[in-house]
Amino acid sequence: MHPRRKQRLVIALAIVVFSSAAIGLVSYALRGNINLFYPPADVAAGKAPTERTIRVGGMVVDGSIKRSTSDLTTTFQVTDYEATVTITYTGILPDLFAEGEGVVAAGILDENGILEASEVLAKHDENYMPPEVAAALEGKDLSGSAPKSYGKGGL
Amino acid sequence: MWSIIHKMGSPPWFYRFAGSFLKWLLPIAIVALIVGAFWGLFIAPPDFRQGNSYRIIFIHVPAAVVALAGYYVMAFAGLMSLVWKIKMADTAMRAVAPVGAALTFIALVTGAIWGKPTWGTWWVWDARITSMLILLFLYLGVIALFEAYENKAAAAKACAVLSLVGTVNIPIIYKSVDWWYSLHQPASIKFSGESAIDSSMLYPLLLNIAAFYLTFACAVVFNMRTELIDSYRRSAWLQTELKQELAKG
Repeated sequence: MHPRRKQRLVIALAIVVFSSAAIGLVSYALRGNINLFYPPADVAAGKAPTERTIRVGGMVVDGSIKRSTSDLTTTFQVTDYEATVTITYTGILPDLFAEGEGVVAAGILDENGILEASEVLAKHDENYMPPEVAAALEGKDLSGSAPKSYGKGGL
Repeated sequence: MWSIIHKMGSPPWFYRFAGSFLKWLLPIAIVALIVGAFWGLFIAPPDFRQGNSYRIIFIHVPAAVVALAGYYVMAFAGLMSLVWKIKMADTAMRAVAPVGAALTFIALVTGAIWGKPTWGTWWVWDARITSMLILLFLYLGVIALFEAYENKAAAAKACAVLSLVGTVNIPIIYKSVDWWYSLHQPASIKFSGESAIDSSMLYPLLLNIAAFYLTFACAVVFNMRTELIDSYRRSAWLQTELKQELAKG
């Protein structure tokens, strides 16, 4: 290769490597801010701030949804299989909100560790299948036997 | 390998190549898009939880996949332009940017339309969606930077550097759902192991991804050909080519 071209190739690759390293380090330093929500384990460990609005995400615990008879208030628990956070929300929940499914709730933690949510979003998982297949899986009871994957990306 | 690159670098050769490329691949791309849309919208079964609203996946995922891959095409053209000073590489870089920007925009809009009924919100600043928005700005930045210079060689150099720096965003977009807690779900199509999407939905999705790749290739080649006609409109070879095309009808 021509020496000048070789030099330019080295410079071009150096641009890519150094800018990637810089952006990699910045996003590593800011990783706490890039996460959209805190898992319940972080809330239980006191890592989540209590004075401002935060998001908490996890799976809705089976049998934990309690709907008020007088208004639109719903109370439910969210878990990451390490810790559990109780959430109350007044308003209309998304269609995909259900027990055993992922949610992300935004709100402020009160002194009892209950999150008073101002917004509840359903987190859809990566599984797509026709209803017949879902029914067949349900019949074999695969869904209830093992906890769904939880964690970054797995929620 | 080198002889192909040398040929590709020759405007008259590429102009003729682009003509036959579009003649054969554009009809295939259009048929693939129509078949893919029909398969996805009418033949594929509804989803067990989302019902029919999931069908936007047949546009959203192909647009996003090709927007990411297209960025690497642009950055590779940028590298060729920066190191080997090939003019056709500048043309290629310039041709990819608007197509990539359009695909990124489609992915963002279809995601918002799907997000409203599924998540309960149009938009959320999670890692996947924010990094995808940055991709849109990178594409738009390359377009703007090309227009900002009078001197084409200087414009190409600046754009090549910007597109090379921007490549760091592509693995971030791809892995964002695994590295950080995000609202966007992780990938359903897996390269290793069983995909999380049923094969009755996976096959039309793969067809649509292939159709989007073909459409992307056709759009880029078309843009490059148009650019050549603009740059070489006074050259003898192009005028001969155009006269021949006119004579053929």
